[in-house]
Amino acid sequence: MSDIHKFLCSPAESTRRHGPHDRIVMSSRVRLARNIRDAAFPGWAKKPERVKVLEIIQPAVSALPDMEDAFYGAMDNLTALDKQILVERHLISREHAAKNVGSGLVVNRTETFSVMINEEDHLRMQALRPGLQLRQAWTAIDAFDSELEKKINYAFDNELGYLTACPTNLGTGIRVSAMLHLPGLVLGEQINPIIQSVNKLGLAVRGLYGEGTEALGNVFQVSNQMTLGESENMIVERLEKVLSQIIEHEENARQTLLEKKPKVVFNHIGRAYGILANAHSISSKETMNLLSLMRLGVDLGLFPGADRALVDELFLTTQPAHLQKQLSDKLSAEERDLLRADMVRERLKDVSRPVIKPKPPASAN
Amino acid sequence: MQCSICKEKPASVHLTQIVGDKMQKLDLCDDCAKLKGVNDPSGFAMADIMLGLGAAQELEHAVGGTEVKCPRCGFTQADFKKSGRLGCPECYKTFAEGLSGLLKTMHKGTRHAGKSPESLRASREISDRLKLLQKKLAKAIESEDFELAARLRDEIKQIPERPVAAKNAPR
Repeated sequence: MSDIHKFLCSPAESTRRHGPHDRIVMSSRVRLARNIRDAAFPGWAKKPERVKVLEIIQPAVSALPDMEDAFYGAMDNLTALDKQILVERHLISREHAAKNVGSGLVVNRTETFSVMINEEDHLRMQALRPGLQLRQAWTAIDAFDSELEKKINYAFDNELGYLTACPTNLGTGIRVSAMLHLPGLVLGEQINPIIQSVNKLGLAVRGLYGEGTEALGNVFQVSNQMTLGESENMIVERLEKVLSQIIEHEENARQTLLEKKPKVVFNHIGRAYGILANAHSISSKETMNLLSLMRLGVDLGLFPGADRALVDELFLTTQPAHLQKQLSDKLSAEERDLLRADMVRERLKDVSRPVIKPKPPASAN
Repeated sequence: MQCSICKEKPASVHLTQIVGDKMQKLDLCDDCAKLKGVNDPSGFAMADIMLGLGAAQELEHAVGGTEVKCPRCGFTQADFKKSGRLGCPECYKTFAEGLSGLLKTMHKGTRHAGKSPESLRASREISDRLKLLQKKLAKAIESEDFELAARLRDEIKQIPERPVAAKNAPR
């Protein structure tokens, strides 16, 4: 399989995957960092060495049973637009998108496994699941890694564990993370204390696309920071505990807002709908922030008949690269804003304006 | 109190992170705090700052200012200062001394407690056993229990040499 666009499932399909607590937890992900024993890390290796490492790892990964019918792409064969689409799908990191000769990507059919070769480490493999499924994601990537270690000599030290390019990933090389939609905590102005207390527990809170990114659309990523001195299971467990707390706080915040400041909530959501359904030019950032409010409205039962998946789909298709891909000509940012607004208006034309008496949505979980 | 990043302006933002029984402190001026996104809910994580801040100095300090070079890949501490990343797996041995302090502040512990590759699990167990016996031996000698020491020495002698993993990628 060589064309990434034929390979990836449609945005509509990818946003209809469901998991536990997916009102709040959009996805769960566990990634492992691994390196080959006798090679320099990608950031320090010269081009021929990187190419050699890629030639060792890629066939080994592609031959795994989980990767049957997978997509493989060398980063130098992907266009800038392809790479950006993969970033928007959370299949590669922004850092990996900047890579070229000597780096590659393997993604399986269902997009549940994705392996970056020669990102910061020789191997970055991740298992991705919808909703809150950290334990399942860890079990999946653990088995994947156990298969791969039969074919690749990992750099491993008895004392320090798996050796990684950056000392922050040393030991287990694990990053357990969940993507959370927290509009209630943001509107209720409780998000900062929550972030601070999560930080105090040694966990990181980041924006939509990971390290150093903005929390657009009230989407936050929570992940472990420490990787050495603790087992994978303990790390997963700690994340699970913290996430269940955050979910509870978010639910409470939504409830409190509805009880104490219903007008504020209805005002935000009504305005969001008004702009999205009627705008003729809209930036991707504004779209995301307003779609977040609409998503909240769907969760609160203010849009009977509208499905959360429609909002999630727009969340993806209005991102710059996804939008660009649907059009043949290369557009300027201003032209994209016009087309984005056209698309959103079209998709929302059958969604009636929010009701004032919320009904619980039929598909509540 | 001075800002721990720019070392010029007075610190006005004071951060403390407690993990387990360890406490880390960081004092920043307004500008550096903003720059590091301390007030920005999306981006701040203390380890990110600590890594950029203390890592290189710590490494430099430990090797006494002389330029240490990794014999395997030619990586130097100056390179670490620039990137915050190491050159190759061997670098962890080359820069072990400087890294140990850094790892202590960065992680929960300094000894790996998770998964290990199946093929190395046996040798890992052997090395654990060896370490334990050596510790006991040192104690026995210290307390002048030479009978026990002799027994432990025999036991240590019986532990097979560390098996060398002989497989090579790719197959």
